[in-house]
Amino acid sequence: MKPFLSALLRSRAGLFGFVLVMLFVAGAILAPYLGLASPIRSSLTSRMVAPTWTGLFSPGAHPLGTDELGRDILSRILYGSRTTLLIAAGAVILGGAVGTLLGIVAGYYRGIVDRILMRVVDIQLALPLMLLALLVVAAVGASTQNLVIVLALTSWLRYARIIRGQVLALREREFILSAHAIGAGTWRIMIKHLLPNVMTPVLVIATLELARIIIMDAALSFLGLGVQPPSPSWGRMLADGRVYITTAWWIVTFPGLAILLTVLSVNLLGDWLRDYFDPKLRTAR
Amino acid sequence: MTRYLLTKLIEAFIAIWGVVTIVFFVSRILGDPAVLLVPVGAGQQEIDNLRAALGLDRPLLEQYFHSLLSMLKGDFGISFQHTRPALDVVLERTPATASLAGLALLFGTLIGAAAGAIAALMRGTVAEFIVMVAALLGQATPTFWLGIMLILLFSVELGLLPTGGAGTWLHYILPGLTLSVFVSASIARLLRSSLLDIMREDYVRTARAKGLMPRTVFFWHIARNALIPVVTMIGIIAGELLGGSVVIETVFAWPGVGRVIVQGIQAQDFPVIQAGVTLVAAIFVFVNLLVDLLYGVLDPRIRRG
Amino acid sequence: MAPLLDVRNLTVVFDTPAGTVHAVNDVSYTIEEGETLGIVGESGSGKSVHALSMVGLIARPPGRIVSGEVYFKGRDLLRLSQRELFDLRGKEIGFVFQDPMTSLNPVLTVERQIAEPLRRHFNLSKSQARERVVELLELVGIPNARARIGQYPHEFSGGMRQRVMIAIGIACNPKLLIADEATTALDVTVQAQILDLVRDLKKKIGTTVIWITHDMGVVAGLADTIQVMYGGRIMERGPVDAVFEDPRSAYTWGLLKSLPHGGKRGETRLYQIPGNPPNLINEPIGDPFAPRNAFATERCLRETPPLKQMEGSLPGHKAAVWYDLREELKKQEAKV
Repeated sequence: MKPFLSALLRSRAGLFGFVLVMLFVAGAILAPYLGLASPIRSSLTSRMVAPTWTGLFSPGAHPLGTDELGRDILSRILYGSRTTLLIAAGAVILGGAVGTLLGIVAGYYRGIVDRILMRVVDIQLALPLMLLALLVVAAVGASTQNLVIVLALTSWLRYARIIRGQVLALREREFILSAHAIGAGTWRIMIKHLLPNVMTPVLVIATLELARIIIMDAALSFLGLGVQPPSPSWGRMLADGRVYITTAWWIVTFPGLAILLTVLSVNLLGDWLRDYFDPKLRTAR
Repeated sequence: MTRYLLTKLIEAFIAIWGVVTIVFFVSRILGDPAVLLVPVGAGQQEIDNLRAALGLDRPLLEQYFHSLLSMLKGDFGISFQHTRPALDVVLERTPATASLAGLALLFGTLIGAAAGAIAALMRGTVAEFIVMVAALLGQATPTFWLGIMLILLFSVELGLLPTGGAGTWLHYILPGLTLSVFVSASIARLLRSSLLDIMREDYVRTARAKGLMPRTVFFWHIARNALIPVVTMIGIIAGELLGGSVVIETVFAWPGVGRVIVQGIQAQDFPVIQAGVTLVAAIFVFVNLLVDLLYGVLDPRIRRG
Repeated sequence: MAPLLDVRNLTVVFDTPAGTVHAVNDVSYTIEEGETLGIVGESGSGKSVHALSMVGLIARPPGRIVSGEVYFKGRDLLRLSQRELFDLRGKEIGFVFQDPMTSLNPVLTVERQIAEPLRRHFNLSKSQARERVVELLELVGIPNARARIGQYPHEFSGGMRQRVMIAIGIACNPKLLIADEATTALDVTVQAQILDLVRDLKKKIGTTVIWITHDMGVVAGLADTIQVMYGGRIMERGPVDAVFEDPRSAYTWGLLKSLPHGGKRGETRLYQIPGNPPNLINEPIGDPFAPRNAFATERCLRETPPLKQMEGSLPGHKAAVWYDLREELKKQEAKV
């Protein structure tokens, strides 16, 4: 842990990403306790108020302005980050778990299991992920739970492919062979011996996938297939605010900046993790 | 090489069949189109009649094989919204999507490759720093937001370019620019790290030990090898562009396949969804086939595999 | 006659974040035309770096040539312009590198890789170059050469790839061929074949050869002169028989002892030199091998011994020592 931390501190980009990610997570968790205006209550008297930084800490301040219904944009962005981070984290965990498991199984058993799995991956890869997500969300409905499942569905194959490759190499290594020799069971070998050895690539892929999933989630809700109103979501804010682009630039600008900064910080952290743990992953996709 | 090509072709067909199957079953969960198609206030009898007419009352598997067969003949059914063959509706919008994606891929790759090469060759300079920061930002920017911001700047504030729609080459600029930013950011980052990796290879030292001029070493020994992962990346990006067309075409009111698919989903127009998604998947599979062939040309180690 | 290569006081360092690595320290030697010089040392001894730095093949930065002159056919290589170096490399000085798997470009045909130096230096046409490539491949013992020139490195076996590397190295009939660990990645039988090939080629084309290796056994049958390097310095050098039979540096003695069959018969366990390779980040003071040397004196730690002619041995047998290894060994034997 110590060399890890000191390496992180030495990398400016990695540290920047890490700090920013932590800030976003803190903002999402603490949103209800920051004394913000309600993210959903509309106020017809203060519609489309431009951002103003005078009296920043007074109760009625709107540092990032208000939207077409008079809702505070800063508050909506912060509350929106709760939904985004919840869905994205859920999808990353689910997709990562399924993909890693399938990757280990395919790499371990090889043969027919492996061939079937790789064929399924190829078929799914023939369909652009965004179309797949769009179709499935449209079919099953855009609840938080469904979004997690659909986004995980677009994600599992990244893990499955890379982990399979790693396991194919690992299973010829001495410690796996000797585990076989002493008669360790299949599951025991997979969980106790293979899993710990693929955890670092899993961590690296997960971070980079998190960034991709945040963008895809925003795109879905931009198309009206994200969490449903009145829950605030970044993509939805963009879609709704787009109409008022000629009169109120701030409604579309700030939610987009929030997405950009979140994705940027996660990417920086992910790149750094990859370079730290496993630079070979850079060109493996 | 022939065997390689044949294997790739068979794989491509299996992939398209898989896509068709996924789309068929997923879109059947979408809802009952008959309910949407009958006039408001119509009775159950009318709905059932329509279902029978559309073949929606038969067992699902029968419908599946029936539609597979029709699709082989190029018949994707009649669009519920447009009351004409769904394939026609989709096909007439294909050029718009393909030209936009192709343009973005071309310019994005050229710009990205140049930027990536500059960053790698000018390691440790301000130029590298600028390229890398720009690429990081470009990769983190959601295309649909960038599109809106460009509209805000060039159309709303400066009044230079149309906000959306198609027709003249001016209409290509904003959506093309938006997508190119995304493409070039990915290419620049990958090519830079790929070049830096290859520069350390033993065979580059061999090439220099032969007394070759730096230009020859760079193009034939470094860039030639660094391009291999970039080609893979181009295949992945093509998929993102085609998938992303649903979003970007919505932003720019671009009359392409992506927008038709989104509208089809909103109207539960199965034939259009099915035709649109199958077509996009077919284009993507075709692009990947080209990428695989290019890969085989670039990397002789693959050719026999 | 002036020597073909005359290296004087060559010192090379690498500037790394951890500090300055003193890779090559004040190395001087000469090599006559037609001679085969075997340079032996472990990794980090400076044996490869000094050779690469002579022709500008180390990355600068982090590498830096602090001082020295390297006269090749009367010209100081370290003072040549970039352009002059490009014209020299591959034409006057050929290279053969370790591990032909990674040293050959995987995506170019063997023909192209051998033809490159020919076309660059002699302006040969494509077909002229092809004839020469076939000739070269036959020379290095690749059967069916004409049919194989269109193939890629991965279609060749390890030994055949190394033959291709050698063909590249000798393509332009260089005055000097530098082989850097050229047989290390090969298994023993293939290694023997390659060494036979090199001996054979030497007879046919008479190139001067510098053979760099970590393996004393390899140079025994190949070199005229042996030069042992350690910690960026020459520890001992001399005619091959003299060095093998009468080593004067404790490091050479250790290397010979660790050779299979090198020690006394019946001794089953191979000897290992105790301790670790030197940390080259420290300022080089004294005999670099002293910390691992049981015979080292106080003076060895403080003062760097010069390379000087050994008494009672052949002319040209030099070592950089303060102690007398023969005396020390006698003492040791007496104790036992």
